Amino acid sequence: MTAPELATLAVGDSAPNFTLPGTDGRTYASDSFDDARALAIVFLANHCPYVSAWEERLVHTAREYEKRSVRFAAISSNDVERLPKDSFEAMGRRATEQDYPFPYLYDEDGSVARAFGATRTPEVFLFDAEKILRYHGAIDSDWEESEGREEYLREALEALLNQQKVRVPETKPIGCVIKSKSEGQ
Amino acid sequence: MSDAATLEVASSLRQGKVMDIEFLYWEDCPSHERALELLRQVLRDASLPDTVRIVEIETDEEAEQLMFPGSPTIRVNGVDIEPDVDDAVVGLTCRAYRDSGGKISPLPPRELIVRAVDAARNS
Repeated sequence: MTAPELATLAVGDSAPNFTLPGTDGRTYASDSFDDARALAIVFLANHCPYVSAWEERLVHTAREYEKRSVRFAAISSNDVERLPKDSFEAMGRRATEQDYPFPYLYDEDGSVARAFGATRTPEVFLFDAEKILRYHGAIDSDWEESEGREEYLREALEALLNQQKVRVPETKPIGCVIKSKSEGQ
Repeated sequence: MSDAATLEVASSLRQGKVMDIEFLYWEDCPSHERALELLRQVLRDASLPDTVRIVEIETDEEAEQLMFPGSPTIRVNGVDIEPDVDDAVVGLTCRAYRDSGGKISPLPPRELIVRAVDAARNS
């Protein structure tokens, strides 16, 4: 089975509502981030080597931009029966070990991934202050730490914070397929 | 592969000289093309014939049957290139490799492939 190439949520659409538990013991809803100048929702998965490869850069970017009132939240949507490394307990350990500066939320039934149309990890959905999708896709153009990669997420953040149009609003997310509970694969 | 090379490989296979190299992959995990190229490069560098058998894993049932711990997986003479592979969980997933520096990657480190090929050649 091949996953769809692009999300069903299109650039210009509003952020879907969600309420999810975080590994920090709190519950987060879409309106928990209403104070943000921009909100980056990033679908992650513990088991995924692409997440591991991008993780340090993602954490660094989140730390840098939180100073400018940008909020990040990560969501894990995999079925833990098929991917035990993605359990809620393992998510908590990962968030602590990697010192995530953002909440790590558990989408147990995969409904939030479906609402966003997320198919891969890592996959970014960047919303502006009005919660309108302005960028969707990969964190940057290369999971390896190569020279000259295109900084899609950073460029989009800079554009939003400077009230400019995002130059590249959509890219193809590269990574592991999200296997949520009802995917039936 | 040229006809002459094919004949040479066939002859070597009959004499038991050629190692059995399996490359198992799942299409949805994007690192397989680069991993296959890396494997073939290692074989070229070692002046070994390209006898890679490519196996696409398409279902969870096939993954269980072949004890497929994730994509890509490389076995030389039936032995996984990663000595301590975690095959407790098999299925259609991307495989995480750790390089000598401890960094996790979707690509198998070159040194793992080289070591496995050398071990098979010297056994």
